[in-house]
Amino acid sequence: MSLTDFAFAPIPPQAEALRDEVRRFLEREMANIPALVRADSWLGYDADFSRRLGEAGLVGITLPKRFGGREGGAFARYVVSEELLAAGAPVSAHWIADRQSAPLLMHYGTPAQQERYIPGIARGETFFCIGMSEPNSGSDLASIGSRATPAPDGKGWVLNGRKIWTTNGHRSHYMIALVRTAGREDDRHGGMSQFVIDLKAPGVTVRPIQDLTGHEHFNEVFFDDVKLDQDSLVGVEGNGWNQVMAELAFERSGPERFLSSMTLLHTLIDEIGTQPDALQSFHIGRIAARLMALRAMSLSVTAELDAGGDPAWAASCVKDIGTALEQELPEIGQLLDTAEPRVNSGSDHAQVLAYLTQLAPSFSLRGGTREILRGILARGLGAR
Amino acid sequence: MRELFEETIERVLSDLVTPELIAEAERGAWPDLLWQAIIDTGLGPAAAPEALGGVGGSWHDSFALIRAAGRHAAPLPLAETIAVNWLLGLAGLDAAQGAASLGTGTGTLSNGHYSGSVADVPWGGSVDDVLVVASGSAPELVLLPRANAQVSQAWNVAREPRDLLIFSDAAPVARAPLPAGSSSEIIAQTGAMIRAAQIAGGLARLLHVATDYANQRVQFGRPIGKFQAIQHQLALLAEQTALASAAAEMAFALSAAGPAPFAIAGAKSVASEAAGQGAAIAHAVLGAIGFTYEHSLHFTTRRLWSWRAEFGSQTYWAQSLGQAMCGAGGTGFWPALTGAMAIDAQETT
Ligand SMILES: Cc1cc2nc3c(=O)[nH]c(=O)nc-3n(C[C@H](O)[C@H](O)[C@H](O)COP(=O)(O)OP(=O)(O)OC[C@H]3O[C@@H](n4cnc5c(N)ncnc54)[C@H](O)[C@@H]3O)c2cc1C
Repeated sequence: MSLTDFAFAPIPPQAEALRDEVRRFLEREMANIPALVRADSWLGYDADFSRRLGEAGLVGITLPKRFGGREGGAFARYVVSEELLAAGAPVSAHWIADRQSAPLLMHYGTPAQQERYIPGIARGETFFCIGMSEPNSGSDLASIGSRATPAPDGKGWVLNGRKIWTTNGHRSHYMIALVRTAGREDDRHGGMSQFVIDLKAPGVTVRPIQDLTGHEHFNEVFFDDVKLDQDSLVGVEGNGWNQVMAELAFERSGPERFLSSMTLLHTLIDEIGTQPDALQSFHIGRIAARLMALRAMSLSVTAELDAGGDPAWAASCVKDIGTALEQELPEIGQLLDTAEPRVNSGSDHAQVLAYLTQLAPSFSLRGGTREILRGILARGLGAR
Repeated sequence: MRELFEETIERVLSDLVTPELIAEAERGAWPDLLWQAIIDTGLGPAAAPEALGGVGGSWHDSFALIRAAGRHAAPLPLAETIAVNWLLGLAGLDAAQGAASLGTGTGTLSNGHYSGSVADVPWGGSVDDVLVVASGSAPELVLLPRANAQVSQAWNVAREPRDLLIFSDAAPVARAPLPAGSSSEIIAQTGAMIRAAQIAGGLARLLHVATDYANQRVQFGRPIGKFQAIQHQLALLAEQTALASAAAEMAFALSAAGPAPFAIAGAKSVASEAAGQGAAIAHAVLGAIGFTYEHSLHFTTRRLWSWRAEFGSQTYWAQSLGQAMCGAGGTGFWPALTGAMAIDAQETT
């Protein structure tokens, strides 16, 4: 099979059966949530919503039952995720914990770590953020400088350094950070490790950064002599780079990489009405066609992840095409001339258009930039 | 079944479909040897039921065959014959004996005889039979003997025959009501599906050729594949290939019981757009050598430029899907999309 064969992987009926349950929950819980709030998609933070979702058994779908999970498969998780995204549910509080921290801890964590963190994640009450980027290390993640050194008393570690662009850093309980534990900055992939950091620990300072819309989603996080106990190391010391790369396959292939602009598609279709003209039907049809194809690709990656494969190439492919589609939607809203974008005024559609127009540039930055992904794709093809 | 299909077709096509053979076909020769070899594999009725003279493979299995036909630019109506036999099987009719094609016409049946013109029939002048829909209050699938048609030749950009056939009072080889649940668009839908799969195959070949070339061609002292600009072009070509392949395969998989309208509209729309973008990238990467007749790149790019327009363009299918999706409204959009992609519970068990 060649890299570009995304074998058809239909959602199994048992997983498909979950869809109704999620839709009923959303009908109940989302009735009064306005379009502009839905437009935030997985940036929308609502701790109460996450908790209610957890109560309904819709967080931690793949986690073990003994930790409060559902022991469902990857497809069950997929169905829940995509329904939440399509509805514009405010899932950001628990999203990262559910999507990547929990799988990481289940795979590399000690039983004690799993015991400590997983039940709260499955309840939709414990929130995690990702500490990878630093001021001088964006795409070039291997150049990070934050460093944990063995504590003088021989117990645990002392962390110094700084992370940036940390989504939800100011309202998460924990960060899983990639930091240096050995070697020098120029020792590319060696000597890095992952730690769980309690964001309330002494020496941690979290400072929100306003994004261009005026919202505070991401943060700068400072570490000054932060004491980490021995059990905060995740996985094997020095194996951080490999662990992070495995995590990225989960981060890059999911439906959030092509559904971030769904609220705009919904308001746009309503604005157009049921009798589209030729230009309108073309663009709505073209987007629907691409969404179907992307969803098929993303399901194919899900099947491969589920089977224990390593679909890093395919995940990057889905993310690059998907974020381009998400970014195209505000452009199509503009092209179809449906409304002038409006802030704090105007129709739902005009406000959603304004908001997503501003948000769209971030879609191809977060989780790895377009240029970096295309480099990964080219290398996978054998161009070097 | 799919793996067996793939191995078999790969062996035959990679042995026999040479640039010389394609060039000869472009000059009007029917590739007899190749057709005989394909007949010998028994894959013409690959997706027809065994009881009706077929091999009993699923339509989804035959995706691999048709994509392979596209990848090799096989210059004969292999995809069309497989498709016709699948449709005949759906309608409960025996598989056709020889080469078959299909076309969208506006003709009607009168006293059981067909009259009307069928335009753009792939290899219409060379095949034995042509499948059409006879319109009317109860449309029917009608298999017509090409020998009864007046043929007026035409060719697509790849110089593949796309002939106009005019029938007057022709006695069908076989006829049956449309398969349950299908519309009189069944021919266009099936044609769109096979073209989408062929496009996916053609793009896979372009990706292979362009990547190899980028690793070999040296300029400024290194392989051009080392330049990031070229690498990103290859990445984009791979993305288009993946999109077309995933969309096309999904259309086949969801059409087990007859053409799945949304999946097919989506597949042809995505694949047609990918065809244009992919061909442009491959030509950019190969430079002047790829613009020569001698280099075989054009056998694929000229097919992509043809196939994207056939059995409905990107515009046609996107508009048809867009109409339906706007009809569903903002809240109906997502359920319509997920519903169209859900496989029947019975089929997977
Ligand atoms: C909304 C948002 C949320 C985020 N959330 C998080 C988070 O929670 N946790 C976290 O750790 N990070 C987060 N990030 C950071 C994100 O991972 C980085 O923005 C990303 O990795 C790019 O780094 P950078 O912004 O420093 O850009 P740079 O790496 O400086 O890149 C700038 C430009 O140069 C290009 N470039 C860089 N290197 C190359 C190269 N080798 N070849 C070609 N082009 C190149 C890039 O593609 C880009 O176009 C978030 C970012 C955003 C926008």
